[in-house]
Amino acid sequence: MVKVCDQALSKLEAYGFGKDDIFAVHLALEEAFLNAVKHGNKMDSSKEVKIDYSVDLDKIEISMTDQGDGFEPSSVADPRYGEDLYKPGGRGLLLMNSYMDVVKFNEQGNSLYMVRYKEKPRLTKDKDQTEV
Amino acid sequence: MAEIKPKIGVQYSDNATIVSFTDEKILEERDIKALQDSIMSVVEQAERIKLILDFSNVRFLSSAVLGLLIRISKRIYEKDGQLKLCNINPKIFEIFKITRLTTTFDIYKDVESAVEDLS
Repeated sequence: MVKVCDQALSKLEAYGFGKDDIFAVHLALEEAFLNAVKHGNKMDSSKEVKIDYSVDLDKIEISMTDQGDGFEPSSVADPRYGEDLYKPGGRGLLLMNSYMDVVKFNEQGNSLYMVRYKEKPRLTKDKDQTEV
Repeated sequence: MAEIKPKIGVQYSDNATIVSFTDEKILEERDIKALQDSIMSVVEQAERIKLILDFSNVRFLSSAVLGLLIRISKRIYEKDGQLKLCNINPKIFEIFKITRLTTTFDIYKDVESAVEDLS
């Protein structure tokens, strides 16, 4: 995973993605992989996690598939509220959804597709500009 | 013999114990386990510990580190201690904001501000 991650992030840099994009993709990759290994493959070292990615001028697409039984993403509790705020785990999916522009699971729930679009540079607002 | 790289630095001041993370990236489960063991042993050394965690060196962490912080905070509060976090860079702070852990942890700009706010 380290090799795939380093390769993907190097490619992002080569394609002119900024530091925020690289940080975001790195975090999403790590969280997705951890989930695939821990929750998908149930820490079974005989099971694999397959990672594919492609980078072009304006986006990175990542797919990740584990060999587990899958899960229902909507069944994961929101870790930001109530008792779940104080639980040690359960934040990976939230972070993936926050940092990637697209996060989709297949029907079974053992294969993930994520996209991050290259961040557009922020325009500096001229003090004299009137807001429309 | 393989060199063991320390995961934390520990400093004792008059009224606080300051633990700094030495690694830039905190990702691997074994590293997080090692951190837990080290920090918990510091916590267990004192009753009512006033612990400040200094994130100056940290550039990247996974959500598993947030879990570690929650476990540490629970133990500290069981022992009637205090926990403060400081020197968190904007990208890492964003992770705390997204997960609403800014409402759970006391986070300060630097060690001095954290120490000043200890009761």
